[in-house]
Amino acid sequence: MSRGRAVPVGGRILTRPFMVMATVFALGMAVLAWRFLVGLGAPTAMNDGYPWGIWIAFDVVVGTAIACGGYAMAILVYVLNRGEYHPMVRSAIVTSALGYSLAGLAVVIDLGRFWNVWKVPVYFWSWNGTSILLEVALCIMLYTLVGWLELGPTVVAKFCDPDSERCRRIVARIQRPVEKAMPWLLALGILLPTMHQSSLGSLMLLAGPKLHPLWSTPLLPLLFLVSCIAMGFGGVVIEANLSAEAFGRPRHTRLLQGLARPTAWVLLAFAAVRLADLAFRGRLGLIFGSGELSALFLAEMVLFVGTGLALLTPRLTRDAGSLFRLAMLVILAGGLYRFSTFLIAFDPGPQWSYFPSVPELLVTLGLLAAEFMAYVVLVKTFPILQATPSAPVSSHS
Amino acid sequence: MNLDRRSALKMLLATGAGAVAAPAPAEAREPKTVPEDALGLLYDSTLCIGCQACTEACRRANHMRYSEDDVLHYTNDRLSEYSKSIIKKYESPAGEVAFMKMQCMHCVDPACASACMLGSFQKRIGGAVTWNPEKCVGCRYCQVACPFGVPQFEWDAAVPHMIKCELCAHLVQEGGMPACADVCPREAVIYGRYDDLLAEAHRRLEEDPDRYEPKVYGEFEGGGTQVLYLSARGVPFTALGLPDLGERSVPSIPETVQHTLYQGFVAPVALYGILGLTVWKNRKELMKDDYEIQLGTEMKKKHREEDARERGGEP
Repeated sequence: MSRGRAVPVGGRILTRPFMVMATVFALGMAVLAWRFLVGLGAPTAMNDGYPWGIWIAFDVVVGTAIACGGYAMAILVYVLNRGEYHPMVRSAIVTSALGYSLAGLAVVIDLGRFWNVWKVPVYFWSWNGTSILLEVALCIMLYTLVGWLELGPTVVAKFCDPDSERCRRIVARIQRPVEKAMPWLLALGILLPTMHQSSLGSLMLLAGPKLHPLWSTPLLPLLFLVSCIAMGFGGVVIEANLSAEAFGRPRHTRLLQGLARPTAWVLLAFAAVRLADLAFRGRLGLIFGSGELSALFLAEMVLFVGTGLALLTPRLTRDAGSLFRLAMLVILAGGLYRFSTFLIAFDPGPQWSYFPSVPELLVTLGLLAAEFMAYVVLVKTFPILQATPSAPVSSHS
Repeated sequence: MNLDRRSALKMLLATGAGAVAAPAPAEAREPKTVPEDALGLLYDSTLCIGCQACTEACRRANHMRYSEDDVLHYTNDRLSEYSKSIIKKYESPAGEVAFMKMQCMHCVDPACASACMLGSFQKRIGGAVTWNPEKCVGCRYCQVACPFGVPQFEWDAAVPHMIKCELCAHLVQEGGMPACADVCPREAVIYGRYDDLLAEAHRRLEEDPDRYEPKVYGEFEGGGTQVLYLSARGVPFTALGLPDLGERSVPSIPETVQHTLYQGFVAPVALYGILGLTVWKNRKELMKDDYEIQLGTEMKKKHREEDARERGGEP
């Protein structure tokens, strides 16, 4: 039996759930056409006080963190040398590359003057060294590219027929340079998220007095980095369970259980760092003295600590179902923290308010649908998921 | 096999090596100083009668659009895409009235310029903060950053601009002066060299200390601004809508943090080197038990044979 071999899932692509997602996607695209015709004002609830809405706070800031599965698994496998998780790396990288691509799309939709966006990577003579957003943008662009490049071997595996002499010659020629380059590409795939996920936090330091002091701290980069690693693991567990459910793949429950502990310690470390930082800067009093934001802060902390402790309780991680639910809580904890930092704890003044409009939500849903659809197409066509041990699938299905 | 506490810790260290340095920034970034040729405005709220001649002059000088219902012009509650400069009315609980002129503060260390990816916002002639449409992608990070809420976005335009006071740079370039100061009948807002304006503000404070709140807003606030304010005694600057900022500029904190992490790009390059070598070493072992690289056609052939064998073995 070829243990841990990736094969295309195969099967029909235009299933009924797929068509439902396509409809949601089409709705989102219709809103987008409207947005590009009339500007951002009419379709969205954004305003000069809240210049960033859910497309940034959710699609990009929360979305890329969930998509950090590739990053978290790469650290685990390639840095910490946990080879047993290697079979899960490829699908995690697919999810990452997809998640980042869609987040990139969300950014372009959100940009008022999107036609200038190509200048960001090209006009290097104009790069503003103090712009944290520039660093985030360049890193995310590069990482998205790296993510797809890491999947290069998968594409070759799909299209290369071992019986063809020509194909074998080509492969023989590129094999060595690719082998040589791969570790450095993978290392870049770890370095870049370390940089931009932390800098995503630094971004909000520049909001200065507009960000509530329970969230505004020079440790924002560290807190954002730590939260994305936990969320990356959460994303891996969720993806593994969903694809097992949808395509009858192996659940890897044993392996996933192994992720519970590191995720728990990362969550608890986050809570400890955050509290220690508040104590260090004499801001503990704000925890109970900030009205509704106190409740939000406490909710975040309860989610982090509670989920962390639950993940350390063997009884609660015993079966796939409860593990899946805990993974959802991990995403909720980190997602709420990030969303708060960018929207809820951000206060530009009493004259401003923001609540996402229906068209804004439709676009976000449309992009989510696009992500699911692209994932389905990719795993059905390319060798990404592991073959089921009981029923090996032929590689030319 | 479960991962233990130690490897979780190792992971935090491995990835957070750079970020961990953040809590102790080596040294705060040098505060920026007022440019030598700095120009600016001095607005004396006690002289303003709220006639709004400046608002109208600003619109004409900058070819501003009028909003369809033109409501904003009369209520003037905030800056908008239709007005780069407004006069706000403040009424104290006791019924006293004061006026407040709002426009870009032309910060000594502008948060918008720190935020801007391609440097679309820049301090140019006389330290006026100007916007360059060629290099703006419309990300609106400047709006997130500006503590005064100055840059305004054209929400209802398919080709939006960022709207903000540029100290009438186009007029100054031709030897003119900002339209608001030019038109003001009471000289409530005056234009000139920053040094002269600051001296004038202090002269007024000294001459008639009972008339004014005892400070010049903008001399130190947020690292200093080239627009300076005087307010009537009993009308605090915060009541006029000016934020209570410390003396440290808003960008100095994030720039110190990022500077510490990225100084000379040493930390990222070092981290990359370490990661690269670690991955190279670990991956070599992984490849012996290959799952991933299916580039090798041999691997694929082997798999196909295995499949055939298995299928053949079944009844």
